[in-house]
Amino acid sequence: MAKYVIVGASAAGIAAVEAIRKVDSVGTITVITEEACAHYSRPMISDLVSGKADLQKMKCKADGFWKENNAEARLGKKVVGLNLTDKTVTLEDGEKVAYEKLLIATGGKPFVPKMEGQEKDGVFTFTNMSDAQRLAAKIDALNAKSAVVIGAGLIGISVTEALVKRGIKVTVVELQEKILSLLLDAKASDIVEAVIRKAGVNFATGQSVQKIIGKPENDGAVGGVILTKGDQVPCDLVIVAIGVIPRTELVLGTAVKLNRGIVVDNFMQTSVPDVYASGDVAEAYDFILNQNRLLPLWPLAVLEGRVAGCNMAGAKTSYEGGTNMSSLKYFGIPLVSIGLANPKDDPTLEVLVKQDTENNVYKKLVLKNNVIVGMTLVNCIDRAGILFNLMRSQVNVKKFKQDLLRDDFGWAVLPVTLQRKMNVVQ
Amino acid sequence: MKKIIAKQEACMGCGLCEVYCTTQHSKSKDIVKAYNSEHPKPIARIRREVNKPVSFAIQCRHCEDAPCVTACLSGAMTKDLKTGEVTHNKDKCMGCWTCVMVCPYGALIMDKEGKVVAKCDLCQGISEPACVANCPNQALEFKEVKT
Repeated sequence: MAKYVIVGASAAGIAAVEAIRKVDSVGTITVITEEACAHYSRPMISDLVSGKADLQKMKCKADGFWKENNAEARLGKKVVGLNLTDKTVTLEDGEKVAYEKLLIATGGKPFVPKMEGQEKDGVFTFTNMSDAQRLAAKIDALNAKSAVVIGAGLIGISVTEALVKRGIKVTVVELQEKILSLLLDAKASDIVEAVIRKAGVNFATGQSVQKIIGKPENDGAVGGVILTKGDQVPCDLVIVAIGVIPRTELVLGTAVKLNRGIVVDNFMQTSVPDVYASGDVAEAYDFILNQNRLLPLWPLAVLEGRVAGCNMAGAKTSYEGGTNMSSLKYFGIPLVSIGLANPKDDPTLEVLVKQDTENNVYKKLVLKNNVIVGMTLVNCIDRAGILFNLMRSQVNVKKFKQDLLRDDFGWAVLPVTLQRKMNVVQ
Repeated sequence: MKKIIAKQEACMGCGLCEVYCTTQHSKSKDIVKAYNSEHPKPIARIRREVNKPVSFAIQCRHCEDAPCVTACLSGAMTKDLKTGEVTHNKDKCMGCWTCVMVCPYGALIMDKEGKVVAKCDLCQGISEPACVANCPNQALEFKEVKT
């Protein structure tokens, strides 16, 4: 009877449990997480802060999930050691847990650069449930009126919306000149920024926070920040949302090969047999860039965890790859960005753009050799999946590329032969 | 499992599938009330695509390995392993539109008023989905297909 041990119970860990059980119904599965609640949706933590979701709504699996899958979830336990020779992991209290197959799905942790005053009461990061709970409690306790969010990426914008919904005045500080710069080109970024500004949010781009200062009456509590250009922004809260870095501590100093994240092959196995890695901690395959890289995204963590689980249980399964892909719902301006959404000048790429300024609509496709390799849709994401399907399937779009940006875009505007080939119609 | 299949050559693009789908998913199940007086406004989970002379209707295909289920951030989208149906729990939906981004058929509908996704549920509780039953030219079939 195989012994599976999974460290981490978020997207990748949960998907691995399901995958193992499809192949092996009897092997023991132990899932170890330092969190108090497993099986919740991390992307929903901003809804917890805004008040839109409670803990029950945030659960992405039923409470009976672990029991149904005959898996033991050990909550509130931190894994601190890995012994590849004995094939054991060590918990904080010294307990050793033996494995035959190990999955490291420890995820990422927020990157917090050194800033003067960062130890002050009122400074938060924003990646997991306890971050969100502490932030929500602080807002209530302080009756907070203002916040500075450092970082205008996905997490920064999501927490900004939650704070705005709580009636808090937010200033977003971003080192890049444009917000959401990993997802959007300058034009798309400007459209989204203008919409968020209308909701009352201030942006300070092209700079960072040099110092967090205290309140006049209490220097230990956050009272404001001083930006690198010298401006002072008073605030009750600071949320650091610069990015996440892989939690690789467990494999440091071991034979498990590490780049920025844990290096894995197409079967999600690390450089050490029987040790697998998935999710934000691993460098998995990007089918657009044709290389492995960090892609800390929930849907990809699920796919990677599933592949790891299958292989751990003996069903050889290859990972088809993912790419940078996000769908954002914030501030009432939905947007989708996939693949090379904002490529540098490259003569081998063809860019198709359509903009409707009045309606904040922006569509952009990036083609290489007539295959879609990047797409951005702002405020017009209906049927985005069809374009993603063409991208994923590497369909040559040469004959109908202009139709891809039509307002009435759908399967009907595409060639009948393609509709049949892709099983859209019979 | 039984699925709804569109026959492109038989579709006239009349849009009655959308009308009956909307009505079936309304509170009143009354065509006039559904369109004129219900709030939130019921919406069709089937979409007619027209590019003359081509037209056909698209709705959830209840994919075997459904990309929307894998991608769902909240756990709202699930695959019922017994029936094969892809089901959506709107109370759990966070309206992130990730499923819209990955659905290969473009079959998931954004309920912009409710800020959640809406999709075909094969009209649970009635013998034949409303779009199939009311298609005047039998351009939609509800039949057993290999998954």
